[in-house]
Amino acid sequence: MIGTSMPTERTAPGAGVAEADQPVIEARKLDLTFQTNDGPVQALRDVNLTINKGDFVSFIGPSGCGKTTFLRVVAALEQPTGGEITVNGMTPDEARRSRAYGYVFQAAGLYPWRTIAKNIKLPLEIMGYSKTSQEEHVARVLKLVDLEGFGGKFPWQLSGGMQQRASIARALAFDAEILLMDEPFGALDEIVRDHLNEQLLELWARTEKTIGFVTHSIPEAVYLSTKIVVMSPRPGRITDVIESTLPRERPLEIRDTPEFLAIAHRVREGLRAGHAYDE
Amino acid sequence: MSNIFGWSIAFLIAASALNIAMANGEGRDQALTRFVVPALFGASLLVVWEGITRGLGVPGVILPAPSAIWETFQANTETLWKDFVQTFVKGALRGYVIGAMAAFLVALLVDRSDFLRRGLLPVGNFMAALPIVGIAPILVMWFGFDWQSKAAVVVVMVFFPILVNTVEGLRATDRMQRDLMTTYAANYWQSLLKLRLPAAMPFVFNGLKISTTLALIGAIVAEFFGSPIQGMGFRISTEVGRLALDMVWAEILVAAIAGSAFYGFVALVESIVTFWHPSQRRRR
Amino acid sequence: MTDAVLSTPAGASGVGAALRGVAGAVVPVLVVVAAIVALWYVACVPMNIKEALTQAERAGAVINPPSAIERRDASAIGLVVRNPSHASATLNQERPRLPAPHQVGAELWKTTGGMVLRGRAFSKRSLIYHAWVTLSATVFGFVIGTVAGVGLAVGIVHSRVMNMAVMPWAIASQTIPILAIAPMIIVVLNSVGVTGLLPKALISAYLSFFPVTVGMVKGLRSPDSMQLDLLRTYSASRSETFWKLRLPASMPYFFTSMKIGMAAALVGAIVGEMPTGAVAGLGARLLAGSYYGQTVQIWAALFAAALLAAVLVGAIGAVQRATLRRMGMAQ
Repeated sequence: MIGTSMPTERTAPGAGVAEADQPVIEARKLDLTFQTNDGPVQALRDVNLTINKGDFVSFIGPSGCGKTTFLRVVAALEQPTGGEITVNGMTPDEARRSRAYGYVFQAAGLYPWRTIAKNIKLPLEIMGYSKTSQEEHVARVLKLVDLEGFGGKFPWQLSGGMQQRASIARALAFDAEILLMDEPFGALDEIVRDHLNEQLLELWARTEKTIGFVTHSIPEAVYLSTKIVVMSPRPGRITDVIESTLPRERPLEIRDTPEFLAIAHRVREGLRAGHAYDE
Repeated sequence: MSNIFGWSIAFLIAASALNIAMANGEGRDQALTRFVVPALFGASLLVVWEGITRGLGVPGVILPAPSAIWETFQANTETLWKDFVQTFVKGALRGYVIGAMAAFLVALLVDRSDFLRRGLLPVGNFMAALPIVGIAPILVMWFGFDWQSKAAVVVVMVFFPILVNTVEGLRATDRMQRDLMTTYAANYWQSLLKLRLPAAMPFVFNGLKISTTLALIGAIVAEFFGSPIQGMGFRISTEVGRLALDMVWAEILVAAIAGSAFYGFVALVESIVTFWHPSQRRRR
Repeated sequence: MTDAVLSTPAGASGVGAALRGVAGAVVPVLVVVAAIVALWYVACVPMNIKEALTQAERAGAVINPPSAIERRDASAIGLVVRNPSHASATLNQERPRLPAPHQVGAELWKTTGGMVLRGRAFSKRSLIYHAWVTLSATVFGFVIGTVAGVGLAVGIVHSRVMNMAVMPWAIASQTIPILAIAPMIIVVLNSVGVTGLLPKALISAYLSFFPVTVGMVKGLRSPDSMQLDLLRTYSASRSETFWKLRLPASMPYFFTSMKIGMAAALVGAIVGEMPTGAVAGLGARLLAGSYYGQTVQIWAALFAAALLAAVLVGAIGAVQRATLRRMGMAQ
C-alpha cells in the first residue's frame, strides 16, 4: 500500500503548512436514512471525514454509494438523520446562508433566457452585489474559465463543454472558499473532459479553493485529487481514504507514471472490496 | 349559366395540378412556395364556391356567393366596425385581460401551497373541459345586456385554461435548477422572479393562445342570450332570423379576421418573450 | 444514476402505499370542492337578499330600511348585516338569482332519478331525455368529425401537396371562432328540410374535425428519424410503415385530440340547440330557463351538461388508459 506509507506532499507555493491543516469540513458519525415506499434506505452510515483548507477531495464509488448525498449534505440540500457535520465551523445551513460554497451540478443548468454573462451574474444579483462589482466579477471568472468574448452569447449557442465551463464560472463568481462539484464532467466526451480536468487543476492552484468532487471515473479522481474517498453502497459508507502522493503540478502525462497507476490500482481494489458485500 | 360552374371546376383542377407540380418541384422548400401553395388552394376553394353558387343558381338564403359576401362587407363596414367594437373590444378583450390577470394571480397563490395545487389542478382541468358557454344565460341575467355580461362570460371561459397552464408552468423547473437557487440562499421572490416565472412563460403563453379563440366564442355566444342592438353575436342571430345570410357571412369574416389577428398578436408577443425556448429558436 | 434518486419515492408497492397515494390525490380535491360549495352557499345570501326581503315585507315582516327604493340602491352585504334574520330565506326561493346547491341538487334529482322512479324517464320534462338528445347529436357528430379528421391527417402525412396546401388552413382554423356559424347552419339546413339530429351533429362534427386533424398529424409524425430509418433499412413499404410505426406511435396523440374533440362536439351540440327555439336538448333547456327566469332549471341543465362532458371525456380517458397499457405506452 504505497499511498498510506508516504505523507502527503504539498508543493503548492502559496499554501502554508499551518493553513493547510485547517479543517474546513468535518463529519462525525454522519447518518442519513431516506424513507421511501420500499422502506427506509440508508444512504449514509457512520461517515467520518475531515477536509482541510486547500484540499482537492474526490468521492468515488458505484451508484447508490452516497457520494452525491454526502455532497448534498455539505451543501445543506439534504438533512442528515444522525451524527454531526460542520462547514467552516458552522452547520451546513448556516454555511449556505453565509454563501460559503459554490455548487456545480451534473448538467450546466444555465438559464436559456439569460446570456452567459447574465447567468454568471445570477448569484451576484441574488446576493446583492453592486452593478459595477457584478461586471468586475463576471469579467474575472470568464477569463478564469477561458470564455472571454462569449459573455453575450446564449447558452444554447455554445457547446456542452463550454456550457459546463460557464456553470463553473457561475459557481466561482461569488468568491466562495469551497467549491462542490457533482460529476460536473460526467456528460462530456473523454477529450473535452481531459481538457477541462487540466483547466480545473490550474484554476485550483490559482484560487487555492477547497474542492469536493464527485466522480465515477478512477483516472479522473486520481489525476485531480489530493485525497480520494472510496465509498460503497447499501448502506452508503466510506471504505477507504487515500492520500495522494502525486505532486501538485500535474501534466496530463502523469497518468502514465507508475506512481499514478499504483494509486489507481489501490482505488480499484477499494471499489472491489466494497462490491464484495453485494448480492 | 352553368358555364361559370364549369370554369370554376377547371380552375380548381388547374390550380391543383400547379400545386402538385410546385409541391414536388425543386423549389418546394422555399418560403415563397410555402406561401403560394396554400394561398392558391384557398383561392381555388373560393372560386369553386363562387362557381357553384352563381353557376348552379344556389339561392342566397342558403349559401351566398363570396362576391356577394364581399359586397355586403364593403357596403356595411360602419355597422361591422360598431359590432366589432361592441363584441371584441368591449366584451372579449376586457374579459380576456381581466380573466388572464385573475388566473395568473390565483396561480401564484395556488402554487405556494402544495395541498391547494393538488386540489385545484384536477378541478381546474375538469372545468376547462366543460361546456362553460352554458353559463352565458345566467351571467346575462346578472350583469345585464351590455358588454359587462359578455366580459363576465369571457372571464370565466379563459380563466381555467390559463390557470391550469400557469400552475403547471410554475412547476416546470427541474430539481437541479431549484437546488441551485437553494445553494444561493435565494428567497421566495428571488427564485420566483429569476427562475420560475421565466421558466413558466412558454406554458403561460400556451394558455393565453388557447384562450384567444375562447374569448371570441364566449363574447359572441353570450350575445345570443340578449344584447343591445349591436354586436357580432346579436347581428348573426338577427340576420339569420331575416335570412340575410350575406350579412351573417360578413360578420363571420370579421370574426375570422379578429380571431386570427388576436391569436397572431399573442403568438408574436410569445416569440419575443420566450425567444430562448427551443420551439422559437430557429426564427432567430 | 445518482444517489439523489433515492430520496424521490420509487414506484409505490404494497397496499398501504397505494392507499396513501389515492388518499393523497382525493383528499385535496374533496377539500377544494367542499370549499367551493361553502363559498357558493355564502354567495347565495347577498345575491338573493333583496328578493327575500321584498317577499318577507309582503308577508308582514319589518325590514330595515323599510323603503323598497332605498333597498334597491343599498349594497347587498349591508342589507344582510342589517337583516340577519332573513338570511336563511335566501336559500329557498322559487326563482333566486343564484340558487343554492341543494336546490340545484333537488331539481336534478326531480328531473332525473325522480322521473325514473315514476317510470317517465323519457318524458319531455325529464333531463335524461334532454341529455339523451344532446348526447346523440354530440356522439354522432363526434364520430363523423373524428373519422374525417383522421382521414385528412393520413392524407396530409402521406401527400406533400396536401400537407403544403391544407395544413396551414387546418391550423389557422383553430384561431377562428367557427362556433359563430352554428345558428346559420341550423337555419339553412332547416330551410332545405333537414331537421332534427343531423344539423346539430354537423356542427359537432366540424368542431371536432380540426382538433383531431391537427392532433393526428402531430401523432403520425411523432416517430423520430431513427425509427423511420430502421424501417427504411428493412425496405418497408409506406403502408407497412404506417401500420407498424406511425399508427401505433400516434395513439397517445389520438386520444388526447379525441378528448378535445369530444368537449368541442358537446359545446357545438348545445349551442346548436340554442338559436332556433329547439324544444329538446340541454341547450334548449338552458334557453327556455333563461326566457322564463327559471334559474334553478338553468343550473340543473348546466350541471347535466357538465356531467355529460365528464362522462364522455372520462370514457375516452378510460379507453386511452386501457389501450395504452396494453400497448405498453402507459406512463
